[in-house]
Amino acid sequence: MRGLWTVTKRELRGYLTSPVAYVLVAVFLMVSGYFFYNLLWWFHTQSMAQSQNPYYVQQLNINRFVYEPFLQNVSVILLLIFPLLTMRLWAEEKRGKTDELLLTSPVSTASLVGGKFLGAIFILLTLILFLQVFTLFGFLYSRPEPVPLLLGYGGLFCMGLAFIAIGLFTSTLTENQMVAASLSFGILLLLWVLSWGAEGASPFLRELLTYLSFFEHYKDMPRGIFNIIDPVYYLSVTLFFLCLGRRVIESRRWR
Amino acid sequence: MIDVQNLSRFYGEKAAVKGVSFSVAPVSFSVAPGVVWGFLGPNGAGKTTTMRMITGYIAPSEGSVRVAGFDVVSQSESVKERIGYLPETPPLYDEMTVGEYLGFAASLRGVKGKNLKSRVGYAMERTGLKGVAGSLIRNLSKGYRQRVGIAQALVHNPPVLILDEPTVGLDPAQIVEIRELIRSLKGEHTVILSTHILSEVTQVCDGAAIINEGTLYASGTLEEIEKCFSGPPGLYIESDPLPSPAELMRVEGISGVRREGAGLHVAFGDEEAGIKALNLWMRREERLLKEWRPIRLTLEEVYLRALSRERGVKE
Repeated sequence: MRGLWTVTKRELRGYLTSPVAYVLVAVFLMVSGYFFYNLLWWFHTQSMAQSQNPYYVQQLNINRFVYEPFLQNVSVILLLIFPLLTMRLWAEEKRGKTDELLLTSPVSTASLVGGKFLGAIFILLTLILFLQVFTLFGFLYSRPEPVPLLLGYGGLFCMGLAFIAIGLFTSTLTENQMVAASLSFGILLLLWVLSWGAEGASPFLRELLTYLSFFEHYKDMPRGIFNIIDPVYYLSVTLFFLCLGRRVIESRRWR
Repeated sequence: MIDVQNLSRFYGEKAAVKGVSFSVAPVSFSVAPGVVWGFLGPNGAGKTTTMRMITGYIAPSEGSVRVAGFDVVSQSESVKERIGYLPETPPLYDEMTVGEYLGFAASLRGVKGKNLKSRVGYAMERTGLKGVAGSLIRNLSKGYRQRVGIAQALVHNPPVLILDEPTVGLDPAQIVEIRELIRSLKGEHTVILSTHILSEVTQVCDGAAIINEGTLYASGTLEEIEKCFSGPPGLYIESDPLPSPAELMRVEGISGVRREGAGLHVAFGDEEAGIKALNLWMRREERLLKEWRPIRLTLEEVYLRALSRERGVKE
């Protein structure tokens, strides 16, 4: 894996010196902040209104009514912004002809793809880190359960890996960043809504569609339920698209 | 050092669009260590494609390339370590400074630690970039960008440098500078540079390969090429009085005669016998020789012939 870290460092610099990453992080925080505010406001009014009803008060749970829907919402926002964060990964190199430098260096294609992947993971971690402002807020004024939160953010990370891998793959297909973003957006949306067609399908197909659907695997984790199958699903999607992207880059030599 | 054998490249899809199959085929030439080698041909001759195959950016469809004994396809990493490559468009990152960029290029090629700093410094010194080490590449002029491209190619001290049209698009003063720079690299590196300008080859290179429409027309040292393509053996003669072409054609050993200016261009089938026969004939007929010189093609003529032959075939 020689050259991996070199590529990663350059990738980070690419993110830090382009306005796109800053704008997207800002937009992400703005929108997720708005979601959080709304959920918290609803929770607050409910607690006030029902404070006389002891049964109902017992049911009020900040994890269930604030953080679980919040994490679900955040995962959708991630789906919307990750195509824009990953579209440049390889398309920009092709457009700027810098892929000729990378591909004529004694660095394996796997290291090039890996380096770019790690660079994008840094952005994902930054986003998740910023989200901790909202977690901190919960811990300051209430007592949320930490385990569902941990699993929720962990799941978000796994899902983000898959988003990045898909975006990286579509970026290798073209030198036009908009095309790359549109393609990965299409794939992500399709994987999201796949389970919606499961209703009328045959039992086998229903199970398959549900299994392949992106958000089916993010139902349990924010609730504090850990199924090994969920991270396995995200990691296998990630690996699949990373390998595909690597093959596309290598195939360029033969086309 | 670099051994290209029977190299071909087919662009299946492209050919389907154009209706012609394009290939760099078959090209064979060898380059000795420590020389500057020109790769000469008009635009679209297949120079870039051949260079890309040598650097391993694209794979050959047929044939093989060996650099320092390593095969480009099966031992690509060993080859890539030994090559510094300046593509047609310098592969620069606009948002990096010159120093950062060269450091990145060096570490991609496995240069580490203390060595890295000194190599970057060396490359900047050789290419005259010391003054702009902290400037963003975005803000550099075309000439400086080209220099950064060359610096990037030699930053890891590779034995082989491959430069694709290093002087294209530069102003005359910059062209002279870059040529000086390339000449100064001779001896330390084997340099292959491609160009469509003949004078660049005669000024900078020790040898050349002439390529057109994907086929090799000539290769060797400059003298070898000139010598090799000077035939068919012939003489230019002027005499008083000048014989008519028909008269000379009757002389044994002479295969062709045509008027050229104030004299005649005589071609021989068998050079030695023909010259002897012509000499004897001139003496017998009492023609006073005013000029007598062998005809050799200059490199320029070889080049032009390579171009026109291909055009002739097409028509």
